[in-house]
Amino acid sequence: MTDSQPEAIPQPDSLFVKGIKSIALLKESPVGMFGGFIVLMFVILAIFAPILAPFDPNSPILPFAYPGDRAPDGRMFLLGTDHIGRDILSRIIWGGQRVLFYATAATLSAYVVGIIMGLSAGYFRGWIDEVLSFFANVILSFPIMVLYVMIIAKVGASGANIVFAVVFASSPGIMRIVRGVTLDIATRDYIAAAQTRGEGPWYIMLVEILPNARGPLIVDFCLRMGYTTITIGALGFLGLGLPPPDPDWGGMITETRAFVTGGFPHMAILPAFAVSLLVLGFNLLADGLREVSMRD
Amino acid sequence: MADQNDAPVLEISDLRLSYYTRMGEVPAVMDFSLTIAKGESVGLVGESGCGKSTVANGIMRYMGNNGGIVGGTIKFKGRDMAEMSEEEVRQLRGKDIAMIYQEPMASLNPSMTIGNQLMEVPIEHESISEQEAHDRVFEMLEAVHIPDPKRLMDSFPHQISGGQQQRVVIAMALLSKPALLLLDEPTTALDVTVEAGIVELIAELSREAGTSLLYISHNLGLMLEVCDRISVMYSGEVVEEGHIDSIFEWPKHPYTHGLFGCIPLPHADKNARPLVAIPGQLPLPHERPTGCYFGPRCGFFEAGRCDGNSIPITEVDTDDDPAHRVRCLRWNEIDHEAALPEADTRPPIEIGETVLEVADMKKYYEVSDNSLAAMISGATAKEVKANESISFRAAEGETVAIVGESGCGKSTFAKVLMGLEQATEGEVRLSGTDIGGIAVRERTPEQLASLQMVFQNPNDTLNPSLSVGAQIGRVIKRFGIESDPGKIQQRVFELLDTVKLPREFARRKPRQLSGGQKQRIGIARAFAGNPKTVIADEPISALDVSVAAAVTELLMDIQRENRTTLLFISHDLSAVRYLADRVVVMYLGQIMERGQTDEVFSPPYHPYTEALLSAVPIADPQVQKRRIVLEGNLPSPLDPPKGCPFSTRCPRRIGAICDDEVPPLQIAADRHVIACHISMDELREVEPVISLSKPETTAA
Repeated sequence: MTDSQPEAIPQPDSLFVKGIKSIALLKESPVGMFGGFIVLMFVILAIFAPILAPFDPNSPILPFAYPGDRAPDGRMFLLGTDHIGRDILSRIIWGGQRVLFYATAATLSAYVVGIIMGLSAGYFRGWIDEVLSFFANVILSFPIMVLYVMIIAKVGASGANIVFAVVFASSPGIMRIVRGVTLDIATRDYIAAAQTRGEGPWYIMLVEILPNARGPLIVDFCLRMGYTTITIGALGFLGLGLPPPDPDWGGMITETRAFVTGGFPHMAILPAFAVSLLVLGFNLLADGLREVSMRD
Repeated sequence: MADQNDAPVLEISDLRLSYYTRMGEVPAVMDFSLTIAKGESVGLVGESGCGKSTVANGIMRYMGNNGGIVGGTIKFKGRDMAEMSEEEVRQLRGKDIAMIYQEPMASLNPSMTIGNQLMEVPIEHESISEQEAHDRVFEMLEAVHIPDPKRLMDSFPHQISGGQQQRVVIAMALLSKPALLLLDEPTTALDVTVEAGIVELIAELSREAGTSLLYISHNLGLMLEVCDRISVMYSGEVVEEGHIDSIFEWPKHPYTHGLFGCIPLPHADKNARPLVAIPGQLPLPHERPTGCYFGPRCGFFEAGRCDGNSIPITEVDTDDDPAHRVRCLRWNEIDHEAALPEADTRPPIEIGETVLEVADMKKYYEVSDNSLAAMISGATAKEVKANESISFRAAEGETVAIVGESGCGKSTFAKVLMGLEQATEGEVRLSGTDIGGIAVRERTPEQLASLQMVFQNPNDTLNPSLSVGAQIGRVIKRFGIESDPGKIQQRVFELLDTVKLPREFARRKPRQLSGGQKQRIGIARAFAGNPKTVIADEPISALDVSVAAAVTELLMDIQRENRTTLLFISHDLSAVRYLADRVVVMYLGQIMERGQTDEVFSPPYHPYTEALLSAVPIADPQVQKRRIVLEGNLPSPLDPPKGCPFSTRCPRRIGAICDDEVPPLQIAADRHVIACHISMDELREVEPVISLSKPETTAA
């Protein structure tokens, strides 16, 4: 059916116009817009946490306050306080900042490693591919939570170690995606053209192949941000997350879960809700991006 | 020709088809009328985007989610299809109207045996028993000349060749004895010798069963061979229609006329009578001009008249063809013979010293054989002889064409030259240095720069993520032509000038360009490093006729200017005859014949060259061809014939010697070599395949 759609010759776009356009494309997917809106909200909360958080997240003020109760100075605890008396809203906002920071750092690092491995495996093929694919399969065959617990238990709980654990566990999956796309793109004529002007393999991989793999990678990046958010929450819940007293959503649930049945369910449910909402945002955004990218 | 008393099988009047896109309704086909009588074969010609496939889909009432029939009627055997229920239309499809598409593999279910999917057709439409269906399928497969139908029925589609797949699709379409067969570019994906067989088969079958054909193609030569009448479409409208002879001999519409100027017919010559491309390009559907859609590209455009109201189609009364109609206000005023824009003749290029010499080059691939039998015998690696003893020379400024069908090893050869693969044996000397064994990473910048390539697929040749300017500039920088960014920019602009594209294209991304424009950028990129030799691997085969003509001329202009050696790899003999100085004919990895172009295109021929020449459709009714249709398939390169590779299909096979012994290289003239067992004297006596004759005046 190429016959009915003659080749269009649109006007040239500047990089800026292009960026705006690709965001504007999301407009066509209401689901994606909704997801993007959720993520954006958390990002804004994270960036402006010092201004937006009503209380200091770590200072005990009034224990066991319900949502709507007031502090001694008359300010309201919108979402109540926890068992030590810290404002839950402020802890969720500050915790969101840390979750977003570490999830982004971990996912990006996993991408750097996964992309390098995937490009090498897909472009060089041969034994490099076999070795890398073998290790990827070994790692991917572990139950992922067990893997995380093993790594964190070994190297200790800290932000940097969470990043390390995520890179270790996620990069094989990223590698597989990149490898598949690379295998396909490497057969294109423009790759042969680059080879016949004597370009080195890394130039070809990074300049000629990688930009053309961005479509599936952007979608996967959003999904993986969601997974990593869950992972950080789960590790926090298991006590392997970011060290206290700094707020951490998973840690908040663990600390207060004893009070869920004791008449204070909001202490644990609210941070759990925050995790779900952010992950939902990432997933919907990924869906929207996929939908939009399929259309063109 | 059709029996005039019968009611027409298909009657389309004033059909309008549209697609609905983000930009609103886009008319795809306008004011389309067509009548097909029983047994008649009607062609629909036009370049991509003209709406010819949309017509076929409209007839099938299959317009997808975003298309629809806006106006007009389609009557099938006198019944208006718009009044039929969904169920009736469904019954009609596949039973009374069958369609054959371009890609045979896409029409067959890969997970069902061929027998089972064919048997579905009569079982579904006629509810007959399985045994009956089986017998019918068997007969039909015999009718489409498939050897050993029994074995084929148990095979899966991927196990048979493309030509056989298309035969199966045709068998499937004909099983329900349709009254109308729609063929949408049915042979475009096939090799010419296979195409010739399929075309003959379709003609034979429709003659026997009285099936009417609507044949859609961009190939005017093919139309001449298969159709009684044709309609030429441009931008959604029929611009000219009539009997095949009147269209070919007295084309009235400037577009039809322009199309003929773009085709390398046998009398065209790259120096004396170069091709004349149609300027400009097809308007986008939502940017069609007022009045005549062809106006902006037309040499006879008259402001105030041609851009006024939309132009009705009128009868041409100057010839004796009552069906000849044209959509042009000035058809009667234009004297095409006199007004033919006399393309400037060009001085022939002077051939210089030998630049490239290939001597006894061999390229074998090893394929591991994991079958049990191979493991037992210990021979787990098989050799594919992709190139066997390739030898030829190419001089400065010379155009050498390498011709052959798919699987003949011509692309492998290009890869070896470019250093993407290494020769197994033999020499490839470029300016005296043997580069056959040097991988591309080990070649010096000079070697790389002096040998560049133009690729086949316009959509694949440019990196979609990088701007055009960056891609050309990178070559200039790599080869050290310029290093200063300002100068590189300047050189990019000059190259864009050379390939006749606006300078602002430097900022564009490939997806903002049309196929022809992409191919021009590909040419600019290849010539950016001032190469001595350029390999063009089917550079025009994916382009439309008028675009291909422009790209061909451009390529030769640049070659002439730079005195570049051009290796033109192609399956298209018409293009090769037009632009090559010397021709190398390959089959199954071996050279069958090589020599000057006129030597190769006239006797003595190699029998394969002869068959190839006969298979190529020529869009000139004055050309008489001897028909030679090859039987059988290309042998597997894993298991080639021991003697002459062509022996399994050769119509002139003389005996066991062909199967067992490698044919000798016979010298027909200086540097005209034929690899054949038949004696040169006999080959000399062969009649020419193509001859020019006085046109017979065939009254309609």
